[in-house]
Amino acid sequence: MNGLINRALDWFVRDTYGEALRRALVEALSLGEAAFEPLMPCAPEVTERLLAALAERVGRAPEEVLEDLGTYLVSQPRTEAVRRLLRFGGVDFLDFLHSLEDLPDRARLAMPDFALPEIRLHPEMPGLYRIEVGACPRAGLPLGPVLVGMLRAMADDYGALVLIGSRGADARREVIEVRLLDAAFAHGRAFDLGAGPVVR
Amino acid sequence: MTAVAALDAMLARLCPMFALVGPTGHVLAAGPTLARVLAPRESVGARFLELFEVLRPQSVDTMAGLAALEGARLRLRPRTGASHVLKGVVCRLPGDGSLGPAGGVVLNLSFGISVVEAVRDYALTGADFAATDPTTEMLYLLEAKSVAMEESRRLNHRLEGARQAAQEQALTDPLTGLRNRRAFDLALARLRETDQPCAFLHLDLDHFKQVNDTQGHAAGDLVLRVVARRMLSVVRVDDIVARVGGDEFVLLLPGMTDRADLDPVARRLISVIEEPVSDGARCHRVSASIGGALGRMRAGDEAEALMAVADRALYAAKDAGRGRFVIAPAPPVASSAAARHDGQGVAMRSR
Repeated sequence: MNGLINRALDWFVRDTYGEALRRALVEALSLGEAAFEPLMPCAPEVTERLLAALAERVGRAPEEVLEDLGTYLVSQPRTEAVRRLLRFGGVDFLDFLHSLEDLPDRARLAMPDFALPEIRLHPEMPGLYRIEVGACPRAGLPLGPVLVGMLRAMADDYGALVLIGSRGADARREVIEVRLLDAAFAHGRAFDLGAGPVVR
Repeated sequence: MTAVAALDAMLARLCPMFALVGPTGHVLAAGPTLARVLAPRESVGARFLELFEVLRPQSVDTMAGLAALEGARLRLRPRTGASHVLKGVVCRLPGDGSLGPAGGVVLNLSFGISVVEAVRDYALTGADFAATDPTTEMLYLLEAKSVAMEESRRLNHRLEGARQAAQEQALTDPLTGLRNRRAFDLALARLRETDQPCAFLHLDLDHFKQVNDTQGHAAGDLVLRVVARRMLSVVRVDDIVARVGGDEFVLLLPGMTDRADLDPVARRLISVIEEPVSDGARCHRVSASIGGALGRMRAGDEAEALMAVADRALYAAKDAGRGRFVIAPAPPVASSAAARHDGQGVAMRSR
């Protein structure tokens, strides 16, 4: 699973910051190509070191980098497969929000050893939702900040106008707040259910 | 809203591919997804059996025939020219007319295994399926698995490339465990850099082809493995023994400058190779011919020159009969002249 996350980080670095930074990171951490092999096991520490080194180089907090990663995964052509798989979750953004609790099961269906922490959606009042993301079952990256970035991009994808932000985290969970201002604010991007998988 | 209209509305939500068919066989109401499948043809008002051909469990051409299939698993093909075969089930309406005209039926259809093509061909969305329908999840799973499979295919491709590269980088002959040609060339290059004197033996098995052809490849492979082990028992630890062809070996003996030292090595090699090799049932016998060269290679010298000298010596040994060795004395840098004027190119019996 960490091979897959490393690959995502790898593409994110290349497409966002360029090949030179990517090379510098790989050299600084003495990583082989096997570390970025999605189907190969890789120690979670490698992912942690990769993120720490990246955050330091670009002068940002690791959480901010992870938020950008989440947005990247949904909105960039190279990772169109991620957007498509997420869009299967719901016919509109609200439906998608309600499907978030299924996300760990969906991920496991796609890849049996893809273990995501538990996600709980609590409707607070009409248009206001609180999402609780559990701490990662295994060491690695926290899902919370990635999910914040993903949700922003997915709202955009569905054409919904939302405000999304982290409401803090403790050792067990992270809380995200979603304020749905207008579910049909814009047209959003088309989703062709039967288009079939994206081949890069 | 009448009870019948309310039923239609419920059906449209619960089974968007339903059709309500009256006693005359005409469609009275159709679900929105079914209407999309039949579009542009108007479904309401048409005869159901003019819209669909029932393939299984048997073809029917009357309303009575259709109603008689109640509860059966139907296979139907739309008469729109589409190739998809749909699944269906039919239920009779109650005789009291409470849910619609007596003698009518309700059908519910689904895409079955052709759902992927159907979703694409009719441009269906998640909203075209009932909220409880697992089609979207099925499409999700299919797509997720396709992505994973594609990744797996790429990984296999990369691993195969790595395996080939590793094989090219390998230094060991997999059959005998001896060094291979590449390892030998590397050892030769090292020797040349250090300007060390060395002896070089080119060894060819005699009668091996016979063993291989008449006793089979397994026997041939056994002979090669045993012979390899025996050769290693004759040479020193730092000597290089490499298999460079089917039954062709080369030996590099660093630091050996004296014929008096090399002759016994060659003699001993032939002697151990000539000992019979038993596979438990049969004994196989081979021998060896050896051509040798003594010399010193300096930086810039062609390794080929030294090998050419040993090659010619090997041919001389073969010409002289099997199980012999010939050592060319001249330094290899003196090139081919050395082999031609090989005064001592007299084949020696190994014992």
